Amino acid sequence: MLALQDVHTHYGLAHILSGVSMEVHRGEVVALLGRNGAGKTTTLKTVMGLVTPTSGAVRLGDEEITGRPPYRIARAGVGYVPEDRRIFTELTVRENLEVGRQPPREGCPVWTEDQVFELFPALAEMRDRLGGQMSGGEQQMLTIARTLMGNPAVILLDEPSEGLAPVIVEQMARAISELKREGLTVLLSEQNLPFCSAVSDRAYIIEKGVIRYEGPMHELLARPRVLEQYLSV
Amino acid sequence: MEFYLVQALNGLASASSLFLVASGLSIIFGVTRIVNFAHGSFYMLGAYIAYTLVQVLPPGAAGYWAAVLGAALAVGLIGAAVELLLLRRIYRAPELFQLLATFGLVLVVADLVLMIWGPEDLLGPRAPGLRGSVMILGEPFPTYELFMIALGPLVLGGLWVLFHRTRWGTLVRAATEDREMVGALGVNEAWLFTSVFVLGSFLAGLGGAVQLPREAVNHTMDLHIIAEVFVVVVVGGMGSILGAFLAAVLISELNAFGILIFPEITLVLVFLIMAAVLIFRPWGLLGRPEGPPRAPAGEHEPPLRLLGRGFLYFCLAVLAAAAVLPHLLPTYYIRIACEVLISALFAASLGFMMTVGGMASFGHAAYFGLGAYGAALAVTYAQVGTGLGLAAALGLGLAGAVLFGYFCVRLSGVYSAMLTLAFAQIVYAVLFQWYGITGGDNGLLGIWPSDWVSSPLAYYYLTLAVVAVSLFLLRRLAFAPFGYSLRAGRDSALRSEAIGIHVRRVRWVGFVIAGFFAAAAGGLFAFLKGSVFPDYSSIPVSVDSLVMVLLGGVQTLSGPIVGAGVYKVLEVFVNRYTEHWQLILGCVLVGLVILFPQGILGYLVGRFGRSGEEWRGVDGAPAGGRAA
Repeated sequence: MLALQDVHTHYGLAHILSGVSMEVHRGEVVALLGRNGAGKTTTLKTVMGLVTPTSGAVRLGDEEITGRPPYRIARAGVGYVPEDRRIFTELTVRENLEVGRQPPREGCPVWTEDQVFELFPALAEMRDRLGGQMSGGEQQMLTIARTLMGNPAVILLDEPSEGLAPVIVEQMARAISELKREGLTVLLSEQNLPFCSAVSDRAYIIEKGVIRYEGPMHELLARPRVLEQYLSV
Repeated sequence: MEFYLVQALNGLASASSLFLVASGLSIIFGVTRIVNFAHGSFYMLGAYIAYTLVQVLPPGAAGYWAAVLGAALAVGLIGAAVELLLLRRIYRAPELFQLLATFGLVLVVADLVLMIWGPEDLLGPRAPGLRGSVMILGEPFPTYELFMIALGPLVLGGLWVLFHRTRWGTLVRAATEDREMVGALGVNEAWLFTSVFVLGSFLAGLGGAVQLPREAVNHTMDLHIIAEVFVVVVVGGMGSILGAFLAAVLISELNAFGILIFPEITLVLVFLIMAAVLIFRPWGLLGRPEGPPRAPAGEHEPPLRLLGRGFLYFCLAVLAAAAVLPHLLPTYYIRIACEVLISALFAASLGFMMTVGGMASFGHAAYFGLGAYGAALAVTYAQVGTGLGLAAALGLGLAGAVLFGYFCVRLSGVYSAMLTLAFAQIVYAVLFQWYGITGGDNGLLGIWPSDWVSSPLAYYYLTLAVVAVSLFLLRRLAFAPFGYSLRAGRDSALRSEAIGIHVRRVRWVGFVIAGFFAAAAGGLFAFLKGSVFPDYSSIPVSVDSLVMVLLGGVQTLSGPIVGAGVYKVLEVFVNRYTEHWQLILGCVLVGLVILFPQGILGYLVGRFGRSGEEWRGVDGAPAGGRAA
C-alpha cells in the first residue's frame, strides 16, 4: 500500500534519513519505533511531502508520490496527523473538521462528522468550542478526527500518545484498533512500546536515520536485546 | 452642535473608504504574510479605471454602478495576474525581497498610469441618484457621504459572513494560522492564496472606485493612501478586519476633528494616537502577539568577519583614489561623486541597522530628510555656517530617531518596518504642511556652504572626510561589544535576554545610530544641492536606500556601499537617456527578485557552493561528523 525505497532526506547540510526503506500493507498497523531524533517524524514528513527527499522514492499503491506537493499527496489518500497536533486554535471543533473534509475516495472508508463524533464522543460534546480552548487529549482526538474527514486510505500518526494522560492513551489505542477494523492502513511513529504493542501488527526500528530492525510486533517483544539497544533510554 | 455632528459623519464616510483598502491589505497579509506595498497602487488603479469606464459606459445609474463594480473586478483580475506571475514565485523568498518586488510594482504602475492617463487631476462625475444632499439637524449633508457611511459596515458584515459562514472562509482562516497543515489536509493552498489576493485587490479597487465622486483622481493617490493604510492596519492589528474598521473610524474621526482644532498638524495627531495605542497594545487594538521568530531549519548566516590588514590597506587605497579622483574629473562629475559618497553613507547607515541589528526600515528617508532640514532651517533662520548647519542636521536627525525608534523597537519584523514607514510619512507630511516654517512644497532655497567649502572641490573633500569617518565609525561599532550585543539580539532575542542583554534598549541605540548617520548624509546633501524639499523624506527615497542595501548584499557591512555606488551611477546614466527611470527601476526590481528569489548572495552560494554535497553523502553521518 505505502512503500519507501532507499529514501534520503537532508535538512540543510544535516543528513537525517540515510536510505530508509519500509513497507506498509493494506489494512496493517505498522509501528515506527525509535528514540528522540532518530528520524521518525522526518520519515512521516517525507511521506507527506512536507520535506522533499534528496533521493529515493515514496509509493502509494502503484503511484509514485515523491516530490508532489502535500495537498496532492493528501488527495491521493494519505492522511497526516502531526506530532504537535497543529489544531487551528481560532476555529471551532466543527470548523477544524470542515478544513479536513474531502470528497469520498473509492475503496476507502467514508467518514462523516457524525461518524467521527461516534468514534470520539468527547468531541461531540464540544463541537462549537474553539480549538485553542481544548485540553491536549481533546486536541489529539480532534487532529485524528480532522484527518479522517479526508477519507484517507493510509493514515500517518506521529507520536499520538505523547504527553497524554494514561487514560487518554488507552482511549487512543481503542480508537486506532477501531480504525483498523474499519479497514484503514496505519503507520504509527512511537516511543511508547506498551502502547504500540497493543495496536501494531509489525514494527520497524529506526536509529540515526537508518532502519535497524524489521519484524512482526510479537517477535520484537521477544527480543529484549534489540529493545535494550535501540529503544531504552 | 449640528456642525460637530456633520463633522463626525464626514469622518465616518472617510473611514469607510480607508477601511475598504485597509481590510484588503490586512486579509492579504494574514494569509500570504506579504506586505503588499502595491496595495495603494491597486486603489489608484481602481479610481482611474472607474473614471474611464464611467465615460465609456452609457450614462445613468446602471452604467455608473457597473463602472464602479467593473473597476473593482478589473483590479481583482490585475491582482490575480500579479499573484500568479510574480508573488507565487517568491513566497519562500526573504520578506524584504517580497517587499522590493511589490515596490517594483508600485513604480511600474505609477509610470504606466502617467503614460495612460497623464499627469492632470481628473474629476469624475457625481454618482447618479446620490447627487443631492439631505438636511441633518438643519445642516445640508451630501447623500453620497451617507452612502459611504453605510458602505463600510456593509462590507465589514459581508466579510464576516464570508469568513465565518462559508467553507472558503473557514479554509482561509485556517491558512492564516497554519498554511502547511491546511495543505497537508488536501487543500490546494496555491489557489487559496490566489483567491485571497484577488479579494484583497478587489477591495482596494472598490475603495478607489467609490472615491470618484469624492476627490479628483490623480497619480499621487497610491503613496498617499498606503501610508495611512499602514497606520490603520498597525493600529487595528495586522490580520484583524474588525480591528481595521475600528482603527479606520478612529483615525478618520481624529482627522475630521483635528482639522478644526489644529489644521496644520492633523497627521501628527494621527501619529500621537498610533503611538498611544502601540504603547498599550504593541500588536494593535485587536491584533495578536506573534511568538519570537524562529530561524528556518538548516539556514544560518556566516558571522561577520573582522577583516584583516589586507582589508585595511584596501580601504586606504580606495580612500587615496577618492582623494585623487576629483583632480581628474570635470566639475559636473565632482558633484556626482559627492552624491555617490552621500548615498554610500545613507545606505551604510541603513545597512548597519539591517545587517548588525536585524531591523528593517521602510522609512529610513525620515532621518535623511530631518538631517537635510536640520541644516536648512539652521541656515535659514539662524544664518549659521556649514559646520553648525551640519551639527543641526545631526541634532534634528538624532531627536527624530530617538523618538521614532522608541516605538519601532517595541515591535518586530514587518510590524516594526511598517511603523518606520508611517513615521517617515509623518515627517514628510510635517515638512509639506508646515508651510510657514518649512516652505512646504517650495522647500527652502539658498542653503549654500560657507566660503571655506564653497568650491566644488573643497566641498567634495568635506564630504569625503565626513563619509569616511562615519563609515569607519559604523564599522567600528559593529565590532565593539555593543555591536556584539546587537547581533546577539538579532539572532536570538530570547537567549540574549537570558544572558542579561536589554535587547530592546540595545536595538533602540542601534536604531538611533542608524538615524544619526542618515541625518549626516542628509545634512551633506542639503549643502550639496543648495536647497531642501519634502521629497527628501518621501517613500521613494526610503526605497532607494533599501534597494542600495539589498543590491550590494545585506549580509556584509561593505555591501551597501558597493550597492550605493552601482545604483547611483546607474541612475545618473539611465536618467540621461529616458524619462522612465521609475518604470525601468521597477522592472529591474521585479526581475531581480524573480531571478534571484533567495537574494543575489543566496543565489551565488547555491550556484557555486555545490562542493559541500560530496562529503555529505559519503557515510550518512550528520554534518557535525566532518570535524572528526
